[in-house]
Amino acid sequence: MNANAPGAPLLEIVDLARHFPVRDAFGRRTGWIRAVDGVSLAVDAGETVGLVGESGCGKSTLGKTVMGIHAPTAGDIRFAGREIGRLPPRERRAIARHLQYVYQDPGASLDPRWKVLHLLHEPLKIHTRLSRGEREQQVRAILAAVGLPDAHLDLYPHELSGGQQRRVGLARILTLRPRMVILDEPTSGLDVSVQASVLKLFRGLQETFALTYVFISHDLAVVRAMCARIAVMYLGKLVEVGDTAAVFEEPRHPYTRSLLAAVPRIGGRRVTLDFALEGEPPNPRDVPSGCRFRTRCPLVQDVCAAEEPPLRDVDGRRVACHFA
Amino acid sequence: MTELLSVRGLRVDFVTDGGVAQVLDGINVDVAAGEVVGLVGESGCGKTTLARAILGVLPAGAARVRGGEVRFKGDDLLRQDPAVVNARVRGRAITFIPQDPSTSFSPVFPVKTQIMDLMKWKSPRAADGGPGWPLRRYPRERYRADREAVLETLRAVQIPEPARALRRLPHEFSGGQRQRLMIAMALLPQPALIIADEPTTSLDVTIQAQILRLLRELVKARGVSVLFTTHDLGTAHEICDRVVVMYAGQEMEAAPAEAFFARPAHPYTRRLLASVLGPGGELRDIPGDVPSLVGPPPGCRFHPRCDEATAECRRDRPARRTLAPGHDVRCYHPVEGPIGS
Amino acid sequence: MSAAWFVLRRLARDRSALLGLILIGALVLAALLAPVLATHPDDVFELHPAERLQAPSRDHWLGTDRMGADVYSRLLFGARITILIGVIAVGASLLVGVPVGLVAGHFHGWFSDLLMRVSDIFLAVPQVVLAIAIAQTLGPSLPNVILALSATYWPWFARVVYAETRVLQKEIFVESTVALGASPWRLTALHVLPNIASSIIVRASIGMGFTILTAAALGFLGLGPPPPTPEWGRTIAESREFLPDAWWYATAPGLAIFLTVMGFNLLGDGLRDVLDPRLRRSHTARDD
Repeated sequence: MNANAPGAPLLEIVDLARHFPVRDAFGRRTGWIRAVDGVSLAVDAGETVGLVGESGCGKSTLGKTVMGIHAPTAGDIRFAGREIGRLPPRERRAIARHLQYVYQDPGASLDPRWKVLHLLHEPLKIHTRLSRGEREQQVRAILAAVGLPDAHLDLYPHELSGGQQRRVGLARILTLRPRMVILDEPTSGLDVSVQASVLKLFRGLQETFALTYVFISHDLAVVRAMCARIAVMYLGKLVEVGDTAAVFEEPRHPYTRSLLAAVPRIGGRRVTLDFALEGEPPNPRDVPSGCRFRTRCPLVQDVCAAEEPPLRDVDGRRVACHFA
Repeated sequence: MTELLSVRGLRVDFVTDGGVAQVLDGINVDVAAGEVVGLVGESGCGKTTLARAILGVLPAGAARVRGGEVRFKGDDLLRQDPAVVNARVRGRAITFIPQDPSTSFSPVFPVKTQIMDLMKWKSPRAADGGPGWPLRRYPRERYRADREAVLETLRAVQIPEPARALRRLPHEFSGGQRQRLMIAMALLPQPALIIADEPTTSLDVTIQAQILRLLRELVKARGVSVLFTTHDLGTAHEICDRVVVMYAGQEMEAAPAEAFFARPAHPYTRRLLASVLGPGGELRDIPGDVPSLVGPPPGCRFHPRCDEATAECRRDRPARRTLAPGHDVRCYHPVEGPIGS
Repeated sequence: MSAAWFVLRRLARDRSALLGLILIGALVLAALLAPVLATHPDDVFELHPAERLQAPSRDHWLGTDRMGADVYSRLLFGARITILIGVIAVGASLLVGVPVGLVAGHFHGWFSDLLMRVSDIFLAVPQVVLAIAIAQTLGPSLPNVILALSATYWPWFARVVYAETRVLQKEIFVESTVALGASPWRLTALHVLPNIASSIIVRASIGMGFTILTAAALGFLGLGPPPPTPEWGRTIAESREFLPDAWWYATAPGLAIFLTVMGFNLLGDGLRDVLDPRLRRSHTARDD
């Protein structure tokens, strides 16, 4: 892996777009779903950046496109200084060593017919030429790091509990010692107490392995607890990017404000009493002209339909609003 | 009894491949008229089973009701004639909002078909006394009156252009809109009690806020009681008058919302509330795992993970103790003071 | 090998599958031990015209045929032919059909469409008719029968494998293994194949029954291995002119074919029940 210049971001996304064609019953293309439509974001080594938004905003698609699961429709993805969005398949596969992806249900990422032992050896077999003994060592080290006993090596995924499967899934990725891990909704659907232990695990692993995280989630409380920087997405575009504490303290974009206002606050007043945002996000096939949020925005004016607000710097933050 | 719904000592077992799971272990829950009661608990605690048991829709093969009673307006639903319960109570006096609206509609029929079908059998104007022959006729005047009621209710749940909406297919609605439809369908029979099983879990947070507010406004306006199950404490905070906490098939604490969140007494409740992420980013989990319901721990089922556990906790399940009006706890060592102390 | 043992145990619980297992076991035993079990092992080649068309007796358990040979012994040796044809024909179909299915399932463009259309063409032709045509053109012999059968049966495997591969592609563990950097070869050989193996096994078992039946039909029509090979279908053909007097002559091979095919079908059905969902759930029942 080429070393990039010190100070340069580890991951740099420039104007990334990923569109999906919409086909009618005859297979003809009738339109596009602009799932990711011009996103620029930089992530420094060692950071934890949160990507938040509600369903349909494109955050998962963004994660998968960076990961190479989808090919970008436009834009650049630069990892450690090297453009990776348009690499030939074999070279792109080699990048997997350094940039990895955790699914919402990591247990589902395990082949049910493989023993844990083989599942953990596989990444090393794909990417390295270590001998079996050397691989053994690595595998045991990783098992210990995720808190699983050696005895589990001999089991099949369905013989483990959900939490243990999650740890195996993580261990599989970590055997490669990646530099960056994209976490896609890692705590979705988890009970609150289990969530806390999973997040503890992530934090511990970040320290042990010096990982950089891109944390995709719709759960604002989780993002607030884990991420130093936060990027808010709406309908394929970023609307606000900044330090988590600052954004939570004083959100600048109207959507961010609504999003934060919707999160219940235990011990405080009922948020639903004051909650004002009406309607639903527009269909991603018919993206509104100008600012995409204008159909629901309390501050909407004529200029919002005419001109799309760029993501510009305001007080150390980036906001896409004419009135920020 | 002034309670609309009173569950006493309900025991339900499930027969599984691995043995008999004691899913509900003598549950007591009350819902007063016009009250929104939240049933809070993590996965596996039995809240959905309890909801199903009240409705009488437990899986016939696997579930066994071993004891207890479910009194609705004074009558024990478990011991009444099932045909009568089906005709008068289920879908009428007690209605249901399911968790996942996308699988609640048949995808091949327009929404109108399903709603009017519901009205045919369960409209407040429908004659009482049994389901009758499947091809029972739908008198024209009643149909018209029902349709008016449907349109009015759809407006109340804020579905735009109700008449046109009725003709659409379910997949043309978003998740939030489908849930609004489910709310409408739960309100149309003019029930006394709505059982809502995690109705906002699959929704985005901004849509959830809209739905919770809507639901609360509607039921308060109509004096309908709600039994609302959820694993999310924030949601319970938003909509409930009273909260009941369940763990591994046992109810642990029941209190009015304000007291529940400010001064929880049961060690499990306290731990649960503490593990909700605070702004500072502290992560507090509960060590250990939820026990298997096949051969669960004796006595209080939380004792293996509880700091306050003593010998009697391990032996006998604690009886209900009233700490303050409306605030009951089943624990030998309830804790005082705010969380964090 | 514990997997095979586990499957066997599970199979034994299902009565019809057990019956299938017993029938096939008997067939295999008959074939393997034919020289030992036969009362007149030389009758495959020797002729005793004096003893022709005798009813079943203590000497000849299933009677004698028109050449005076012992029907029972010839039946046992015929089992060898039967198994040979079945195994090789199904084996060859596997060798062609499975890779075609895998390749077609993996790719998404015109190439996989082409492969599947080719297999559709083969499927559209009635198997027996095509087998007859091939055997007629190339002449009656054992290898030609096997060729005809394989040529018509491979599309079934291709189809099953194609469908299952496509389904598997949507599984998260496949996507995640790709994300891990696995090449398509590794993915197909080590992840896709093992997961569809059970479907292939089931289809192979049922295919054996089907293939054997068709082979017998070909033999009956005179397109199979020429005499004196004791092939069951041919034996039935030979017996035709002596019916209904020499009833044992046709009944024995007919019953043998019937039991064999039924055995494979029952086994295949039983395997289908045992292999797919259960194997996934609990290999060794463990409680966690």
